[in-house]
Amino acid sequence: MTNTQDNVEAIEIDLLLEAVYRRYGYDFRSYSRASIERRIRHFLSTSGCGSISDLIPRVLYDDSFFSRLVRYFSIPVTEMFRDPQVFQILREKVIPVLRTWPHVKIWHAGCATGEEVYSLAILLREEGLYDRATIYATDFNDEALDQARAGIYPAERLKDATRNYQKSGGRRSFSEYYHAHYDAAAMEASLKERVVFSSHNLASDSVFGDMHLVFCRNVMIYFNRDLQNRALGLFTESLVHGGFLCLGTKETLKFSAVFRMFEEVDEKARIYKKTGGS
Amino acid sequence: MNPPPDRVNGAAMAGLVVMGCSAGGFRALTEVLSGLPADYPLPVMLVQHLHLNDEGLFAGHLALESPLPVTEPFDKEEIRPGHVYVAPADYHMLVESGGTVALSTDGKVHWSRPSIDVLFESAAYAFGRRVIGVIMTGASDDGSQGIRTIRSRGGFTIAEDPATAEFPFMPRSAVATGCVDTILTLEGIGKKLADMARNIISFPDETCRYE
Ligand SMILES: C[S@@+](CC[C@H](N)C(=O)[O-])C[C@H]1O[C@@H](n2cnc3c(N)ncnc32)[C@H](O)[C@@H]1O
Repeated sequence: MTNTQDNVEAIEIDLLLEAVYRRYGYDFRSYSRASIERRIRHFLSTSGCGSISDLIPRVLYDDSFFSRLVRYFSIPVTEMFRDPQVFQILREKVIPVLRTWPHVKIWHAGCATGEEVYSLAILLREEGLYDRATIYATDFNDEALDQARAGIYPAERLKDATRNYQKSGGRRSFSEYYHAHYDAAAMEASLKERVVFSSHNLASDSVFGDMHLVFCRNVMIYFNRDLQNRALGLFTESLVHGGFLCLGTKETLKFSAVFRMFEEVDEKARIYKKTGGS
Repeated sequence: MNPPPDRVNGAAMAGLVVMGCSAGGFRALTEVLSGLPADYPLPVMLVQHLHLNDEGLFAGHLALESPLPVTEPFDKEEIRPGHVYVAPADYHMLVESGGTVALSTDGKVHWSRPSIDVLFESAAYAFGRRVIGVIMTGASDDGSQGIRTIRSRGGFTIAEDPATAEFPFMPRSAVATGCVDTILTLEGIGKKLADMARNIISFPDETCRYE
């Protein structure tokens, strides 16, 4: 491959992302370039188009083609109690502090199909905090949000969930939290009573106020550093003084603009506490 | 104007070694890495198929046996020369043309996350001719597509000799692509990587997309 061909591909990708942004308002221009390129190439290979340039007119004139593309850009991979030790540490180090507030507000950003939301709801319930908590669960992928709202999952995935739940310090029988019908399991209805699901785009929308905990795991890995800083700015503004931020296990504030506003609470679980600002 | 942060380092990067292995990987990696000098001038990024609950144990053990520092990177960490980066369990590890790490939880590729193909392909697209790709012992065909891509973008490709590999399936599958430049023993791989880094002048910078 020559230098020119490389440049051409970079231009094609820029133009495609620009077209998506100006036509539909979804801004992927500041996503991690390596990840988004991979997804575009993968989509290209299934699209019947010969080049990335050929995708552009299709995206501009065909809404359903765009919907297919955007599905590749927001793959909601998640599971219940992913990284069980994180939930254990939340129980030990964060819950006791949350308990000191009369009402607890939690922003779960990038909640995907909801598995983590139900995990958090179960944890709060067991710690006696659920009835005075509100969880704002957001994602920009509306299909994923619909699944999150429904709270129905393939029964075979509940096996892993049960194992993770037990490792996370779960105290009951996990089967109390869902109703199985053949090969599907519906999460217990009361687990969504305190949850507000809504569509929110971290690249373009604004803050949710007065949060005590922001939970945003494995979402910002898809952003470049500029967009990470934007999202982290939103979280910082949203949090009350002394509020907590929980990131994915391989995410850090070290390279970010808000590093000085936070103190590390737990290195392994990637939990920070807001100590700077107002 | 300052370059965007994701692109600061990459243009200056002389080259990048990417490695993939699966079953038998620990022993193979120990041997290859011990063939490198402590002042090795290139970064090394590697995918070893790991157990989900590894929690950095593999990287920790490898660090004890390696002359170079070995860590699992954080997302957006800058890649430094002479440092070995091990893909964390349950994440794909990619590299940005600016010389930073990008992690991803996208679906498994060849039933694996991390996947060797994902690392190799991203390295090939970001660094073209400056990539050296190495496939070693393993019982999967992950990495073969990556070897093809590295080769098609002008990089250099190495496979461990299937005749001496502990698990020959993976290097054999790489060799079968017809895109492997040289087939070597583990000892030979260490020597080759050291030699190539010494002659790094032969990697012209012109392949970097963002200059
Ligand atoms: C890998 S999932 C993470 C799910 C869950 N937090 C976990 O760690 O298991 C990433 C989620 O981020 C969402 N996402 C990506 N970009 C976003 C944006 N700009 N605004 C809001 N959500 C976004 C995707 O739709 C996807 O559901």
